[in-house]
Amino acid sequence: MAGGASSRIYEGAGLKLMLPSWLVIGIFLLAPVAMMAVYSFLTKEFRGGVIWEFSLAAYDQFFFDRGLFGDEAPTIEWTYIGIFWRSIWQAGLATLACLLIGFPTAWFIATRDPKTRSIWLFLVTIPYWVNLLIRTVSMKFLIRDTGPLNEFLLALGVIDEPLGLINTNFAVQLGLFYSYLPFMVLPIYAAVERYDFSLSEAAADLYSGTWTTLRLVILPVVKPGIVAGCILVFVPSLGAFLAPDLLGGAKTFMIGSLIEEQFKGSAGNWPFGAAASMILLTIVMCVLLVYARNQNKGETR
Amino acid sequence: MAAKVDLRRFPGFLTVTILCLFVLYAPLIVVAVYSFNASSSITNWGGVSLTWYADVFTGPEAPKFQKAALNSLVIAVCAATAATVIATLAAVAMTRAGRFKGKTLGFALINLPLMVPEVVTAVASLVFFSAIGFTTGLMTILIAHIVFCIPFAYLPIAARMQSIPDMFEQAAMDLYATPREAFKLVLLPLMTPGILSGFLLAFIISLDDFLITNFVKGAGVETLPTAIFGSVKQGIKPNIMAISTLMLAVSVVFVSLSWLIGRTGQDKKQAR
Amino acid sequence: MKKLLATTGLALLSLTAAAQAEGKLSIYHWFEYIPQELLDKFSEEYDVEVTMDTFDSNEALLAALKAGKLGSYDVAVPGDYMVKILNSEGMLDTFEASELSNFGNIQDQWVDVAFDPGRKSSIPYQWGSTSFSVNRDVFDGSIDSLSVIFDPPEELKGKINVLDTAGETLTLASLYLGIPQCTSDRDQLKELNALVQKAKASWASFGSDVAKDVLVSGDAAAGMIWSGFSAKARAEGANIEYAFPKEGMIVWMDNVVLLKDAPNRDNALKFMNFLLEPENAAAVTNYAQYTAGVKGADEFLDPEVKNSPESNPPADQNGVFVEACPEEVQVLYDAIWTNLKK
Repeated sequence: MAGGASSRIYEGAGLKLMLPSWLVIGIFLLAPVAMMAVYSFLTKEFRGGVIWEFSLAAYDQFFFDRGLFGDEAPTIEWTYIGIFWRSIWQAGLATLACLLIGFPTAWFIATRDPKTRSIWLFLVTIPYWVNLLIRTVSMKFLIRDTGPLNEFLLALGVIDEPLGLINTNFAVQLGLFYSYLPFMVLPIYAAVERYDFSLSEAAADLYSGTWTTLRLVILPVVKPGIVAGCILVFVPSLGAFLAPDLLGGAKTFMIGSLIEEQFKGSAGNWPFGAAASMILLTIVMCVLLVYARNQNKGETR
Repeated sequence: MAAKVDLRRFPGFLTVTILCLFVLYAPLIVVAVYSFNASSSITNWGGVSLTWYADVFTGPEAPKFQKAALNSLVIAVCAATAATVIATLAAVAMTRAGRFKGKTLGFALINLPLMVPEVVTAVASLVFFSAIGFTTGLMTILIAHIVFCIPFAYLPIAARMQSIPDMFEQAAMDLYATPREAFKLVLLPLMTPGILSGFLLAFIISLDDFLITNFVKGAGVETLPTAIFGSVKQGIKPNIMAISTLMLAVSVVFVSLSWLIGRTGQDKKQAR
Repeated sequence: MKKLLATTGLALLSLTAAAQAEGKLSIYHWFEYIPQELLDKFSEEYDVEVTMDTFDSNEALLAALKAGKLGSYDVAVPGDYMVKILNSEGMLDTFEASELSNFGNIQDQWVDVAFDPGRKSSIPYQWGSTSFSVNRDVFDGSIDSLSVIFDPPEELKGKINVLDTAGETLTLASLYLGIPQCTSDRDQLKELNALVQKAKASWASFGSDVAKDVLVSGDAAAGMIWSGFSAKARAEGANIEYAFPKEGMIVWMDNVVLLKDAPNRDNALKFMNFLLEPENAAAVTNYAQYTAGVKGADEFLDPEVKNSPESNPPADQNGVFVEACPEEVQVLYDAIWTNLKK
């Protein structure tokens, strides 16, 4: 922290200055989330709502399968684990795609001379500032069967019938990739910008090839940027709602739509929605914890 | 070893960068182009026209979207303002007040809105407001927006403050300025670029939000994203494309603005 | 600076608040179902500011009311079985027939209905059917059976949109199988589960609000759809035909209900009365292309709406209302639905 101990001006005022932010976030975020945690252990009321009676039914429903009629011996329920796994898988693939495209882009931009660099950077950031909904809708319009992409390819004679991209898992991944790509580019860019190119020179002097240098010298140094980028893409992708809904045809539940359905749709099972939310929150917190650990290790090293 | 290898260059990276920009821009450009389509069928090209832009402002759906746009704007201005004030206070505490009880925890709390998945925040807010009997409406949207705007406003402000050495304030205090004066006359002007970019970021984030707004909005209250979503679900119509293009233009103006502000801030720093 | 910003903010907030007039009416309505002109007409005639939110399924309406929206809306437009559910949840207010001067305009067969005997809380709005439509450019075979959706021909596989509501989709599936609604018979439920699981492989998407657009845009070649919505799709240029399946179809009636804790009860009743005017009921019909439940609306109808094939099923067509199942059975249907979308 700059200034640190010598700032006698605000010494002792810390709590007072923090109070507004704590109050607002404490009351309107921490308390609601805590309430969801409590709700996940309550009994569901028919057609939405809760009954104040302790119950593990929500978690039981999540993890155990007791048959369609609830009287068979419990086995592991794969439905919801499957939904979570699919969401994680989708988010993971989107993250990977972002990394594969984002890293070279960030590297390329960071190695331009300062004048053109800011223009490239400007170009990459603009889409991030455009409303996410509008970007997702635009993507849907572009890739639908009767949309410009297919019309164009059909007219060129590259394909004989529409590619059938819309309403597929691929479309969801594409949407996630497209939504969060700038999140990957920016932190990596920041890391590469700080990279000391004398390291590459040293490696070249030791007859290391370009790609070996990339793998053994550059990647470890810019790793914090890459990890930060991956987190920034992965976490929002995990609970994403718009991409699966608009691009995936709402055909399969993702975590986001599964939770939404419990509160807004026909299922009306609040404790179950709360339990699914808590499980999602736990996963995200674990990812962030691992990240924070790594950061700390990196700093102490 | 070849005579001179540019160590900064990797084969194919330029291609990937261009591909990246292509992917980012293709959908936006396509929609912008089609928004000028004269035909009412969105896939057939019927020549260039401004019909759909006229429709946005005078068509049957115009009042709905105008009201939604006004709501969005009011909420974004109010939420960003409140979040910026709260975040500025917090940033001063985190960077200037030394150690105090609860500092680490407080930092985590400020960043909590970034860590909780959006859908969880959305349903939790809905259930919370319903449980405490708070009727949803413009106010609930505003509160929810202030909450998730705080960390976005905080980050640029705190980053800026960390780069301001506190000797200026010390000097002011030595010249018998009161702490209030030292803050108002010395620190605040130095922080202004950070505060402005924090405000802009919060503003854009608030305008952008769909999911949380959709859960906490009350009867008859729409913001632009929820209105667009409702309309888009029934098919992507040309007037939506015109609205999208207008919003795209607004976004571009905003980024350019914040870019310029950031640049002048940096120039000053370098000049110093 | 801060003060300035705060004042501006407050001023802006009050600006949006001031935009709301004295007399208000807050409607919770199905999407794309009522013409804006009609709302404007009501607004002008009674000097009431009308706001409307929309939902896309009866269940979404119920969920929203459960989650704290009760008390912010005056009227809503649930379907038949949902009127019964809302009533049993204590979400409806009652009125006397004498409070509506046009009460007598209700068609006789819609006065004493099972879901609201004697019309204590609701008035009829529009009625129609739920079946499916097929794009005739893609498939020109026979479409007289629900098998088109649940066991589709090769041409339609992967090109079918299904309504994103458990009630209607599972009821149509039950009709196809010939099993009763709200059954607790295990074998029948397992059969139902197996049917929709198998059929899902041939479905492209789930969506209610998109049901018309996917047919118009060609994203889907067949889709479950409501009769009037299909007529509108046809009017927008889709070469589709609405099917009257031999297994039967769903018949429904949407109703305007007076919600409990309505903030503007008087205006709500004025609006309900307004909708019972034949001319106004016909305006809704001309827009949404269903059938009004009001006497005398016929003469205000556009001929093409009145004679639309969608609204005029063959005389021997079977139709059933969706039933509201008791809790112990409903959980089984919910389980099948979740299982379907996993």
